[in-house]
Amino acid sequence: MRNKTEVIVVGGGPAGISAAITVARAGKKVVLIERGSYSGSKNVFGGAIYVQPTKEIFPNFEESAPLERKTVSHKYILRTETKTVSVDYMAREEASNSYSVIRSKFDRWMAQEAQKEGVVLVTETFVKELLVKENKVVGVKTELEEYFADIVILADGVNSLLAKQIGLRKEIKPKDVALGVKEVIKLGKDKIEERFNLKDGEGAVYEIFGDPMLGMLGLGYVYTNKETISIGIGISLDELAKRKLKPYEILDGIKSHPSFSPLVKDGELVEYSAHLIPEGGYKKLPKLYSHGVLVVGDSAMLVNNIHWEGTNLAMISGKLAGETAIIALDKNDFSANTLALYQKKLEKSFIIKDLKTYKNVMDIVHDRAKSFLGYYPNKIADFFNMFTAVDSIPKREKYHRFIASIFTDRSISELVKDGFAFLKIVLGVLK
Amino acid sequence: MTDKEKKQSSIDDKLFKVKYVSDEESHLKPDAIQCLVCKSKVCTYICPANVYEWDEENKRLIIGYENCLECGACRIACEKKCIDWAYPKGTKGVTFKHG
Repeated sequence: MRNKTEVIVVGGGPAGISAAITVARAGKKVVLIERGSYSGSKNVFGGAIYVQPTKEIFPNFEESAPLERKTVSHKYILRTETKTVSVDYMAREEASNSYSVIRSKFDRWMAQEAQKEGVVLVTETFVKELLVKENKVVGVKTELEEYFADIVILADGVNSLLAKQIGLRKEIKPKDVALGVKEVIKLGKDKIEERFNLKDGEGAVYEIFGDPMLGMLGLGYVYTNKETISIGIGISLDELAKRKLKPYEILDGIKSHPSFSPLVKDGELVEYSAHLIPEGGYKKLPKLYSHGVLVVGDSAMLVNNIHWEGTNLAMISGKLAGETAIIALDKNDFSANTLALYQKKLEKSFIIKDLKTYKNVMDIVHDRAKSFLGYYPNKIADFFNMFTAVDSIPKREKYHRFIASIFTDRSISELVKDGFAFLKIVLGVLK
Repeated sequence: MTDKEKKQSSIDDKLFKVKYVSDEESHLKPDAIQCLVCKSKVCTYICPANVYEWDEENKRLIIGYENCLECGACRIACEKKCIDWAYPKGTKGVTFKHG
């Protein structure tokens, strides 16, 4: 049959490329369809990629991939409007665990590697819909033609209109996604290394809680690249809607904080971008397979937002889907029954295990955002304010006053609710 | 500059840095009748590219689809669930050079 291959992968991001290259390595025919002019051209993340999962797909990537900086420092920053409390974890001498990368360079490199191993990459091609025959997915329809395959792997991203078309996923609710907006700011190598306390080639990751999102379900971040830094926020879409906030104004608030503005001083804005992050977790996972079709990466909402992990889940889910496709091709059986193996593989891997570990956290945090991300950060800053003040007041008196303030600021019932919520999170994660 | 002007210029500066190839036709199609009765007009503030603006005089949305960053937030946040939302055609839309 003309226009027929063994596997079609829709979407040339980390998940799609990993799926395609896995299939190609087994000698099977695979076509990877990307709507952008190159892989990475429509993609946005924080971001960093992780060494171990990336090696599972590209064992020698550190030798030739376009990497920016090796992460040596993680800084967790708690901000109120005027104050900052931070913890800096630095492991300079350790083997690298992650690298910052520029998606348009890194994804493009991954796609080129995939092509070298036999993946047929088709760019600037938009898949309008899936071709379904007798309840089975049999191919895709692009703007120009129909293309058939034994298996279609959906890696079309967080919005996955294709998974929705065939009923694998329901409509997403605003509380199940975060909106990310990001700026890439050029500072030059010297300024970056000086301002972020880095040696040549080293990188830092900042995670920012609180102002300008005090009391809201949202976080800010900074990643250092070779010549630029990436600054962004991720904030729950329902939080934005409820509070009538403009995402780019919050981003401006991240940069203008008194503790932060010196870091970006004299920087030149080189790019602004936005993307959705699936944050529904385990409870919101769509159906991951059906007759002739598998769903991977963001399309399958595989993101561990508590740990800011997404590309690793994307790559490993892509690999597992690829392995499943190979087995199905060898058996010449593309039924849901055979493809269910993909779900089993995911369940055995860290992917579903981790999502299960955190399955209740988001609901609880949504519920207690004002206290966990508002009241307590303020209180922590107040503690340091009290602790560092030299004002001729006896210390014991100050401690007593601080402790008493917790019980006067908040009603006992709120404190009890906070305590229970916290316990529920801890027990849920550790049990 | 007033505060409002400053904010407007901040988003204009951001959008100015984005590389687009725009299509002749909008890929974002809200249902104009639903927009008339929509109370929150959530798209007018939630969109990271400020694509939607409510024209009070003509009672309709002005859609700057050329600036769309293709995130999908409007589709999900729309209280009327009335935005017929598609990705731009294969050769069109935004191209991120950094991402």
